[in-house]
Amino acid sequence: MIAQPAPKPEILARRAEILAALSTLVPGDGVIGDPTRLKPYETDGLPAYRQVPLAVVLPRTTEQVAAVLRYCHVNGIRVVPRGAGTSLSGGALPLADSIVIGLMRMNRILDIDLDDRFAVVEAGVTNIGITKAVEGDGFFYAPDPSSQLACMIGGNVMMNSGGAHCLKYGVTANNLLGLKFVTIEGEVIDIGGAHLDAAGYDWLGLITGSEGQLGIVTEVTVRILRGPEGARAMLAAFKGTEIAGAAVDAIIGSGIIPVALEFMDKPCIHACEAFAHAGYPLDAEAMLIIEVEGSTAEQDDLLNRIKAICERFDPISLKVADSVEQSLAIWKGRKGAFGAVGRISPDYLCMDGTIPTSELPHVLKRIGEMSVQFDLKVANVFHAGDGNLHPLIMFDANDPDSFRRAEAFGAAILTLCVEVGGCLTGEHGVGVEKRDLMTVQFTARELDQQRALKSAFDPQWLLNTAKVFPLQGASVAMAAE
Amino acid sequence: MSATLAPPDEAGIAAAIVAAHAAREPLVIEGRGTKRGLLRPVQAARTLSLRKLSGITLYKPAELVLSARAGTPLPEIEAALAEHGQHLIAEPPDLRALLGGEEPATLGGIVAANLSGPRRIAWGAMRDHVLGVRFVNGAGEVLRSGGRVLKNVTGLDLCKLLAGSYGTLGVMTEVTIKVLPAPEATATLIIEVPDLDAGVRALSAGLGSPFGVSGAALLPGAPHRAALRLEDFAASVSYRMERLREDLARFGTARRVIEAEESRAFWRGVRDAVPLAAQPDHAVWRVSVRPSAGPAVAAAAQALGGRALLDWGGGLVWVAAPATVATHDALAAAAAVSGGTCTLFRAPDSLRLTVDVLPAEPAPLAAIGARVKAALDPAGILNPGRMRAGL
Ligand SMILES: Cc1cc2nc3c(=O)[nH]c(=O)nc-3n(C[C@H](O)[C@H](O)[C@H](O)COP(=O)(O)OP(=O)(O)OC[C@H]3O[C@@H](n4cnc5c(N)ncnc54)[C@H](O)[C@@H]3O)c2cc1C
Ligand SMILES: Cc1cc2nc3c(=O)[nH]c(=O)nc-3n(C[C@H](O)[C@H](O)[C@H](O)COP(=O)(O)OP(=O)(O)OC[C@H]3O[C@@H](n4cnc5c(N)ncnc54)[C@H](O)[C@@H]3O)c2cc1C
Repeated sequence: MIAQPAPKPEILARRAEILAALSTLVPGDGVIGDPTRLKPYETDGLPAYRQVPLAVVLPRTTEQVAAVLRYCHVNGIRVVPRGAGTSLSGGALPLADSIVIGLMRMNRILDIDLDDRFAVVEAGVTNIGITKAVEGDGFFYAPDPSSQLACMIGGNVMMNSGGAHCLKYGVTANNLLGLKFVTIEGEVIDIGGAHLDAAGYDWLGLITGSEGQLGIVTEVTVRILRGPEGARAMLAAFKGTEIAGAAVDAIIGSGIIPVALEFMDKPCIHACEAFAHAGYPLDAEAMLIIEVEGSTAEQDDLLNRIKAICERFDPISLKVADSVEQSLAIWKGRKGAFGAVGRISPDYLCMDGTIPTSELPHVLKRIGEMSVQFDLKVANVFHAGDGNLHPLIMFDANDPDSFRRAEAFGAAILTLCVEVGGCLTGEHGVGVEKRDLMTVQFTARELDQQRALKSAFDPQWLLNTAKVFPLQGASVAMAAE
Repeated sequence: MSATLAPPDEAGIAAAIVAAHAAREPLVIEGRGTKRGLLRPVQAARTLSLRKLSGITLYKPAELVLSARAGTPLPEIEAALAEHGQHLIAEPPDLRALLGGEEPATLGGIVAANLSGPRRIAWGAMRDHVLGVRFVNGAGEVLRSGGRVLKNVTGLDLCKLLAGSYGTLGVMTEVTIKVLPAPEATATLIIEVPDLDAGVRALSAGLGSPFGVSGAALLPGAPHRAALRLEDFAASVSYRMERLREDLARFGTARRVIEAEESRAFWRGVRDAVPLAAQPDHAVWRVSVRPSAGPAVAAAAQALGGRALLDWGGGLVWVAAPATVATHDALAAAAAVSGGTCTLFRAPDSLRLTVDVLPAEPAPLAAIGARVKAALDPAGILNPGRMRAGL
């Protein structure tokens, strides 16, 4: 179990008083203090780690968020922001002496402007909620994490989330225009706006992906895009992972940027097929799902080009969808990958490293060897276009030794990612899970520089304490204040 | 004239900064030093030039990744990419022809200024394509952020913070960027429109179409011309152009399509703000607004005796106008009406030192900004005053 900082006894002792004060700041049913009602907030998408917080606050307005933060700042109370709690790295895991600020009640869409192609939404609007609001007019919000039905735009900003289509459309950072941002001191700041490239330092870029370390986001202005005329997928299966990797390189090298390019290894193909019956080739070592966009004629042209490229790599099977239904069938297995693995293993850890794509065969081979070494099964699904690997490590949470091995296996994979020139996380964040691995990717000085930036926003280190930065150095940074 | 240091390697850059930090001696940071006219002038006894820190260090076409030392001239990078049929996504401007000077821009300078061309609306800003940097902070420490992979959310993103910071937070020594295959074909639809409002409506209609418009500019004049660019495989471009022409028929009668090199040359002109060349003595502003507010800013510029060029679907207004405080204030006010921002890009020193070249930030953000500057440059020696007075 991961180490957490000791709760401040004086804060725990003042619990009743703090709850009373919060109730005046967020009246009505905005404050939760009852132990059974706190229980759902003890964990997020990484249920291996749990901690019931001191209290949960569910504000409805930016002013309430500001008032709560101001109160916490004055009283030295730690704060954990929370969206939908789908973080897979324990990003919203509470501390015993922290309050959780849940943004889910701030779920209004404030403005949609199709001429200027932006939408202003509150932080608790779900990712899919934005697209739903504009799809009637043919528009969409591009980043599409697999969790898009649940996860909220505020959480997306803080994790810089991506999705299957980010090879072409980019991640959250590339689709943001502005934020309403509340500092720990309770100041409300508008950053950016409904226009591109505001002048001055790129605060938008720094805050995006900062995992709740710098402040709380209450409103988000996003770019919305007009959707393509249509889209269609194909499936290509190969005899080896190296061959599939080479096919990926050849496709990109030919000048085609598909909207999605997903890679699955054999264990993943099997798990998904058993679950979704999507017609995946069970004899393949690796499989690609490739999606292109445009008019029907354009789709045909691109799919034919890709098919011709794949044919050079002696495929086991090539299946080009000839309808939207067939496309959906091809995607069905992939979209259900996490659920599929959940069916064949009681528990799994979803890792999230990135690597240079040329290292793919080497990395998959090493992961296979580690699977034997740690005696745990693993399935790999991979955003091949952008080097983002998602090994799903299967274990049994009822067996402490199995969990310990799973953690060690995960750490070994991420260390390998860094060694080959990649990094610890592509889209799920560092959170509490990868915190102590940060020293693998960064030097002590580099971490100190990042910590100094955090201190510039949050001098007392009250915001999402004990996430992202290794505990040891972080407590040094806190003590230095 | 200040003394220039031009170390040939990163260690030399770091040593120069360590010494300047110890002596509390400010440095002017330069790529090739041709942009002293942008934003605010820096007073310093020494200049630290990156011109000798040059050369591509890694290029993997199949991975869409290129790394180069910060002082590498852009033409060298463009040539290497062209050999593999790739290009710089952000199409950063080259304003030499317009504004004088022989030296080419450097990769570090382009990133430090976060300059992006017309493709910004479709493919993102220069900073969106920076995957990793090596840099030296104001204490002389060599640090890295990001990496060489397309997706990265490990820790705080200093690449974005350094992009657009004009050398005030750190000196980049190596930059890794994402590159893309250059499109097979390009074509541009040019529509004559009665006025700027109609022009921006035409651009919005094009950008709201499913055809992937990758350039949308409005050139003032008689008549005004709205221009929309498509870039893709040849068959796609011709199909989409046909549809776009039909879709936008309602916006103007005279419609013309230019292709291939003629289209490329047209967009180089927009990118490099060539239509502003008529008034070389005027100051230059860069106004960022929601596209529908662009015409009002352009009208304000005209009322002040200036000229405007609208890019990014109307959202980026380049203004050339008389270099006075009153013009600056009026343009800043015109931008602020719709929540936009106005930057004084280039002007005589007297004006640059009198007005805020960048819009003022709200007090709490300014306080954070000062602490961020101190965290990266504790002695305040990197380009002091370049972006804001006293910082
Ligand atoms: C099945 C599944 C599939 C997933 N697929 C993807 C995927 O394809 N791509 C991807 O990128 N991610 C994916 N994720 C991870 C996760 O959904 C994303 O990281 C998402 O952005 C988290 O949003 P959330 O609202 O649940 O945030 P939370 O989990 O509640 O919070 C995430 C982090 O942000 C902070 N935070 C949340 N809201 C705010 C706010 N308003 N202000 C300040 N800080 C805040 C929290 O403190 C925490 O550190 C997946 C998760 C699951 C469970
Ligand atoms: C209105 C306008 C006028 C222009 N005028 C000219 C002109 O007269 N001549 C011309 O050639 N181009 C001009 N440009 C083009 C443009 O400014 C340059 O292409 C770009 O700034 C990069 O040039 P450089 O590398 O020489 O940068 P420099 O001018 O040397 O540097 C630009 C900024 O980046 C900083 N910087 C440079 N390198 C680094 C680094 N490695 N790390 C950190 N910070 C760094 C500098 O301190 C400076 O603040 C103009 C552009 C516009 C929009």
